[in-house]
Amino acid sequence: MTIEQLSVFIENKPGKLVEALELLSQAGIDLRALSLADTADFGILRIIVDQPSLALERLQAEGYLVRTNQVVPVSVGDKPGGLAAVLRILANNGIDVEYTYAFVAHASDMAYVILRVADNDVAVNVLKENGIALLTPAEMFG
Amino acid sequence: MELYYQPDIERMSRTQMRDLQSKRLVSQVNHVYTNVPYYKKLMDDKGVKPSDIASIDDLHKLPFLTKEDLRQAYPYGLLAKPLDDCVRIQSTSGTTGTRVVAFYTQNDIELWEESCARALTAAGGTKSDVVQVAYGYGLFTGGPGLNGGSHKIGSLTLPMSSGNTERQIQFMCDLGTTIICCTPSYAEYLAETIEEMGMRDKIQLKAGIFGAEAWSQEMRLRLEANLGIKAFDIYGLTEISGPGVSFECSEQTGMHINEDHFIPELIDPETGEVLPMGEKGELVFTCVSKEAFPLLRYRTRDICILNQDECSCGRTLTKMSKILGRSDDMLIIKGVNVFPSQIETVLIGYGLSANYQLIVDRVNHSDTLEIKVELTPEMFSDTVRGIEGKEREIHNKIANILGITSKVTLVAPKSITRSEGKAVRVIDNRKI
Repeated sequence: MTIEQLSVFIENKPGKLVEALELLSQAGIDLRALSLADTADFGILRIIVDQPSLALERLQAEGYLVRTNQVVPVSVGDKPGGLAAVLRILANNGIDVEYTYAFVAHASDMAYVILRVADNDVAVNVLKENGIALLTPAEMFG
Repeated sequence: MELYYQPDIERMSRTQMRDLQSKRLVSQVNHVYTNVPYYKKLMDDKGVKPSDIASIDDLHKLPFLTKEDLRQAYPYGLLAKPLDDCVRIQSTSGTTGTRVVAFYTQNDIELWEESCARALTAAGGTKSDVVQVAYGYGLFTGGPGLNGGSHKIGSLTLPMSSGNTERQIQFMCDLGTTIICCTPSYAEYLAETIEEMGMRDKIQLKAGIFGAEAWSQEMRLRLEANLGIKAFDIYGLTEISGPGVSFECSEQTGMHINEDHFIPELIDPETGEVLPMGEKGELVFTCVSKEAFPLLRYRTRDICILNQDECSCGRTLTKMSKILGRSDDMLIIKGVNVFPSQIETVLIGYGLSANYQLIVDRVNHSDTLEIKVELTPEMFSDTVRGIEGKEREIHNKIANILGITSKVTLVAPKSITRSEGKAVRVIDNRKI
C-alpha cells in the first residue's frame, strides 16, 4: 500500500521551481502533495500527482532529472500528537524515516503524511499492525 | 650598484656564450645518446646521429621531449647516470598521471643552487643578508632551491617552509629578514597579516623573490608598496632543475635565463618550428650541463617571448617575458599542476557526465577550485544526503589524486554553458 512519488532536481536559482510547476499545470496534472528539500545549491522537489506517468514523461521531455519511488501515505488524526504517534511506532520498530511531509485532503478532517523509509513493506506492516490507516490511491485522488 | 654571482658567465659576450653552449651541447648529446636508450631511440627514429650536432645551430635537429615522454619513461627511463651517482630526487606534487621525478648528482645540485644564487644576488643578496625561504620544502623544488642558493652566497638562511604565518612574521622581525622568498600570493597574505599585526615598522625587508605562480605588474607594485621592497620574479620547473632557470634583475623587465646550463628556444606549438627572437611561442629548454636528468629540447608548454636586447643590469643572458599562457590546458592551482583531463577521469569514473566546468578563483590570496558537473539520472537521488554524499566522495577522490581541495557542485543536466556546442571547461576568475 504505497504510492508513487516523483522527485525533481531543481537548481537553486530564481524561477526554477515555478518553471517546473507550470509545466505540470499546463499538462493538466494535479498536485496532491509537495515538499521541497533545499540546500545552498539545489533543491529536490518531491511531488505526489494524480497522473504520475504523464508528469514523468513531460518533465523528462523538458530535460528535468526525475526519479520515481514508492512512499507510504498515512492518515493521522488531525489533532495534537497525531503524527507523533505514528513516528513513535516506527521508531520503536527501528524504522528510520528518511523524510516526511504533510498535506490535507478535500473535505476531510484527517491530516495525511507521506513517509519515505528504506523498506516500504516493513513500514507498511508495522503501521497496519498498529492500527494506523494508510491511504489508497483511490482515496488520495478521489 | 648591480651585483653578480658569476659575472664571467652572466656578462659573457654573445659569441663566447654561443661557443660555450655549442661545446657543452656536443658533449651532452653524446652523453645522452650513450646513456639514455629512450632518447637514443628518438634520435635514431628521426635519423639524427650525435655527429650531426656540431654547434647550437644544429640544436633544431634534435627530437623534442614532452611530458608524455616523462610519463612513458617513468621513473628511470631518462636517467643518464647510474643511481649510485645520484644524490637527490625532487618531484612535482600531486599529479599522478604526469608525475615528474627528477634526479640530481652532486654536480647537478651545485649548478642548480648556483642558478638560485645568481637570482638572489641579482635581487641584491649578499652574505650580510638574512634570507627567509617560505617556499615549501620537501619534494617541491621551491624551498630546497632557494635554500641552496642562499647558502652559496653565504646569507643567513631561515628555512621556514610555507605556512604558520604569524611565526613567519615573528622570525622576520626578530631576526631581521632582508630577503623573503615565497609565492606571490603568499607574499600578499604576509603583507596583509603584517599590517593586521601592526608589525609594518618592525620589518626590515628589502627584496622579495616571488615565483611558482603567475603574477601581474599591479601585484608587483602592490607588494613593493606594502612590504617596502623591490619584488623580483623567478622562473623554473622541476623537469629542468627547479627555480632559478631564469631570474629578474634590477631592470625588472623580464627574466635572464641561465643559458650556460639551460639553452632556450622558442617554437611554434603547432608546427614545432623555431621562432625568431621577439616572437611569441612555446619555450623549449635543452640542459647542457646537467648529468643525471639532462632533458634535451624539453617542451615546457609555457608561452612567452624571448629577447637579447641590451639590459641596463649589464647581463648578456637572454631574457624571457613573464609566462603569457600555456600551449596545453594545464592550470596551476595553489602551485599544483592540474590538467582538466585528470578531473574528467574521476568524474566519469563516478558515472557522471563529461559535462563539467572548473571555476578557479582567488579568495583571500589563496586559489579556490569549484568543480561543477552535470548530474545524470543514475546519480540523482531523492534525498539531499544522497546527492551531498556523492559530492563529498568526488571531492575526496580529487583531493587524493591532485592534492588540492575543491568544492564539488552537482548541477542540472544541460545547465553548463556551451559555446558553439562545445562546453567551456575552465573559467579562471583570478585577477592576477
